[in-house]
Amino acid sequence: MNYTYYPGCSAGGSSADYEKSTRAVCAALGMTLADIPDWNCCGSTPAHAVDTELSAALCSRNLDMAARQGVRKLLTPCPSCLSNLRHAAKRMENPQFRARVDELLDNPAAPEFPDVTSVMQGIAAHCGANGIAAHVRGSLSRLTLAPYYGCLMSRPPEVMDFGDPENPLLMENLLAACGANVLNFPLKTACCGASYGIPERRMTARLSARILQLATDMKADAVVAACPLCQMNLDLRQPQAAKAAGARFVMPVLYFTQAMGLAFGLSPDMLGLEKLRVSADALLRKLELPPAPQGSAEGGKPCE
Amino acid sequence: MRIGVFVCHCGSNIAGTVNCAEVAELAKSFPDVVYADDPMYTCAEPGQAAIEAAVREHGLDGVVVASCSPRMHETTFRRTVERAGLNRYMFEMANIREHVSWIGKDREANTNKAAELVEMAVAKLRRDRPLTAKTFDVVKRVLIVGGGVAGIQAALDCAEGGVPVVLVERESTIGGKMAKLDKTFPTVDCSACILGPKMVDVAQHPGITLYACSEIEEVSGYVGNFSVKIRRRATYVDWKKCTGCGMCGEKCPSKKTPDAFNEFTGATTAINIPFPQAIPKKAVINARHCRQLTKGKCGVCAKVCPSGAVDYAMRDNFVTEEVGCIIAATGYDLMDWTIYREYGGGAYPDVITALQYERLLSASGPTGGRIARPSDGREPQTVVFIQCVGSRDNSVGRPHCSGFCCMYTAKQAILTKDHLPLSHSYVFYMDIRAPGKMYDEFSRRAVEEYGAEYIRGRVSAVYPDGLGQYVVMGADTLLGEPVEIKADMVVLAVGIEAAKGASALAEKLCISYDNCGFFMESHVKLKPVETTTAGVFLAGVCQGAKDIPTSVAQGSAAAAKALGLFARDKLENDPQTAQVDIRRCVGCGKCVRCCPFGAVAETEIRGEKKAQIIETVCQGCGLCASTCPQGAVQLAHSTDNQILAEVNALCR
Amino acid sequence: MKEATDIRRRRDAGFIAVVQERSGQNLSACYQCGNCTAGCPAGFVYDRQVHQIMRAAQLGLKDEALDSRAVWLCLACSTCSLRCPNNIDVAAVMETLRHMARRENRVAARKVEKFWFSFLDTVRAFGRAWEIGTMALYMMRSLRVFTDLDLAPEALKKRKFGFRPHTVANGGSGAVTRIFKRYRERAAREGTRP
Repeated sequence: MNYTYYPGCSAGGSSADYEKSTRAVCAALGMTLADIPDWNCCGSTPAHAVDTELSAALCSRNLDMAARQGVRKLLTPCPSCLSNLRHAAKRMENPQFRARVDELLDNPAAPEFPDVTSVMQGIAAHCGANGIAAHVRGSLSRLTLAPYYGCLMSRPPEVMDFGDPENPLLMENLLAACGANVLNFPLKTACCGASYGIPERRMTARLSARILQLATDMKADAVVAACPLCQMNLDLRQPQAAKAAGARFVMPVLYFTQAMGLAFGLSPDMLGLEKLRVSADALLRKLELPPAPQGSAEGGKPCE
Repeated sequence: MRIGVFVCHCGSNIAGTVNCAEVAELAKSFPDVVYADDPMYTCAEPGQAAIEAAVREHGLDGVVVASCSPRMHETTFRRTVERAGLNRYMFEMANIREHVSWIGKDREANTNKAAELVEMAVAKLRRDRPLTAKTFDVVKRVLIVGGGVAGIQAALDCAEGGVPVVLVERESTIGGKMAKLDKTFPTVDCSACILGPKMVDVAQHPGITLYACSEIEEVSGYVGNFSVKIRRRATYVDWKKCTGCGMCGEKCPSKKTPDAFNEFTGATTAINIPFPQAIPKKAVINARHCRQLTKGKCGVCAKVCPSGAVDYAMRDNFVTEEVGCIIAATGYDLMDWTIYREYGGGAYPDVITALQYERLLSASGPTGGRIARPSDGREPQTVVFIQCVGSRDNSVGRPHCSGFCCMYTAKQAILTKDHLPLSHSYVFYMDIRAPGKMYDEFSRRAVEEYGAEYIRGRVSAVYPDGLGQYVVMGADTLLGEPVEIKADMVVLAVGIEAAKGASALAEKLCISYDNCGFFMESHVKLKPVETTTAGVFLAGVCQGAKDIPTSVAQGSAAAAKALGLFARDKLENDPQTAQVDIRRCVGCGKCVRCCPFGAVAETEIRGEKKAQIIETVCQGCGLCASTCPQGAVQLAHSTDNQILAEVNALCR
Repeated sequence: MKEATDIRRRRDAGFIAVVQERSGQNLSACYQCGNCTAGCPAGFVYDRQVHQIMRAAQLGLKDEALDSRAVWLCLACSTCSLRCPNNIDVAAVMETLRHMARRENRVAARKVEKFWFSFLDTVRAFGRAWEIGTMALYMMRSLRVFTDLDLAPEALKKRKFGFRPHTVANGGSGAVTRIFKRYRERAAREGTRP
């Protein structure tokens, strides 16, 4: 089945592994992802922080192109893109707002935009309740995983349509279908510090540390993320978090697609596991799989 | 006919936005109106005297007062015209306050509308005729629904006043929520010690018939003559034989039955007596957990019972009681706090309700009065109390204050220090509401003498830290900072709502209830225990949040209303009842079937079936009148002709 | 000694009205329970807590509300809105205040705004965000050359970031540049700070 896909900018940079594993897992499930041609940046946090209309204009250009191609449904892996695109679509329902945004665009935007949902919801809808388990080649039953959605995926509920905003359960269902032992992770929708890692490092470090500390105390083998920025804060910035908290962390932070890919028997290479700063080798060993090709750089070395 | 019209200013209440003098002037042009005036306060003594004088001076035979709602003063003015020598039903009221002056500011429009309402009232009055009330007998017995402290007080007061009482309790024992409490504020005296004697009095009073494990099935009738069908749920124990020895509970093998009396903090047996002071002290089988009743094999309790009281074949049965009035005292339940996902939604074992904590404090509770964490039985060092969980929270549709949580939280903080001297308690609050006698002093004692740390702010989230404690994320708005506490136990002051099933009961009693199920009183300030249905009174928390002293006071107040009602041997009906024109009636029986009061009987006149109204039963609702296909049934003073006359007056 | 605030004289009714209109929220619904502050992940770096910002807005104390660093450090995670007992979209109020502050060039956290501009500059130029470019521009703007230098070795080894920007084909980059151009032109016309 074909799906129209909006990768988001980090797919070509910091979250190349998310992108790779998303495509691999979707392919394994029979989902063909076709990019919106000539898509542009949604503006991310900076655009809406600076001006709502600017943000909506950047999003609308993408939604408009998809709409003109007759696309009804659009998938994106990134919660930040998802949030911006959905917010823009919602705000464009207001005629005055739409007129202001149209002034910024080359052509007035299409009257109706496609419905944007997350790849996670797309996978769940594509496979149905029992569809995932049928693809599992090697159960994750030896892994204890802490599902972590980040703050954007489920909030605000009236825009995001992602179930209970305090307690989303979709990732749990997917990981459980892969056989994993899924923790009821209380900080699953807490904020990691988002893009403030650069201008306000101590904030991001402390917020990420709180999440990593709880996952460590709950004896998780890994945190499973759904957002490029969250993953970067928890993984690449794990030493900064450890330093801020005065703690030691060895906590692999996987994308949910990487975890699912492992269960589907896809090779670590296809899932981009070598890109993780905190090596997933310990997980692979538990699953009795060979280590990731170049993944041993910091394997087992604690971040402090 | 000679009609007088009085357009009341009601101070500035009406005159502020209605030109009363102009309305009175206009009224003089309405048919049959021979006199009109616009007094300042018609209901005041001089106002009433003016009506009487006008009736005599101008030979009036009907009066219209345009003022407030008839619910306020209709009776007042009926008495006034009666004193002036008229029939009390030769009077009509036009509501130009609630329906006009209070809801609009346009003086001209208001004045016009007021004049139109007066014109309609005049049109109706012209077709009124004198009516005479009939009297009927009163059954001098009272039914009380709910055996909590309010219902108990009402029952004892009525019985002491010589009125036989039927007390219906849904649970297997009376005592209500108060029976579950360990101590009570602000004196910290033992709840069971002060409630116990009253419960025993109920059991021993010859004037009180107690039906426990029973619910109201059906209510019919009207003030003075209610008929109430009561469902007595199967207890599977013949209470005439049961001596309350407790042998059955000791031997019952189903030891993991959820213990509702202990708020599910512990387990009990399938056959049990909920607590030592239970009244009646009789065993009951929980059918869902009894092995004999679910699997058909066990029978241990039947074997060990020395009096042979166990009866597995028992079924629900019904009794019908005839009473003159009903007191609803159904109390409250906690709202479903598990909607608070940010506090774990019930998934964290050591995050419990204050009522559950009360059972942990109680010597008759599951821990024998030891404060122990449900998760591991450890004694907590740090206890965090969170107030207003499901109170004053619009986001969950609970805007009201639950009234007594501030006080019991202070009490629980004090008791925690008493039980565990090394413990430390924190209380997150928004405001301390302690207006009762000695209340504020009490809550200050929690702080000053018992070291409870009061923190002004709400709690955003509670979560387990993975190491056995709970992180409480709060704010100290006085400090102006977020604060975080690692707690061993978290106690939630969960807001209250009307008891489960209260709205169903309200519908059976024909009384109103609000969004949270609390029963509506007849007047918020002046008729706090009456309802809009005559002969149905309220006591306790079923009407709104109340603490124990207020519930007891209201129980007595409701009893006073019942005794007052029964002080008369006969009651008068409202003669504005339905009447049947025998010549038009075709005996179709539609009116008989639609009457909610059973006030229409079928009779035979010269071999033909006809409807007949039992005037003392008819409540004047008018259903039969609008149902009758022949126009044979007419409601006195609301006849088709009168309604048409009003419409004509309006549309002219 | 600081003098008592004359809250009657300083009450800016126009400010209250604008905040309410743009955020769509009724400020007087706030009863100052502090739930927003309790749940705010960024509160520990704020100069004024969320409930205090709400209070300042309620009282019409414009300077206190707009000159606060908090409105810039808000992560827009909307935990406050989700748990507000009075259904106030507190995050929307914070965003409204930030937009107002920016337009009036009251930027209490310059670093944050410089980072946003750096990001948006790469989007304007190429149509898509470019992480390395954003960092380079930010270092230049903020004169903080050592920002995240500790991450560099690992990030380089893992090839986490692309060294060349991605552009949008078929004139897409130009279309995005034109969006920014019109946005700036309109801001200039309307006399607000873009």
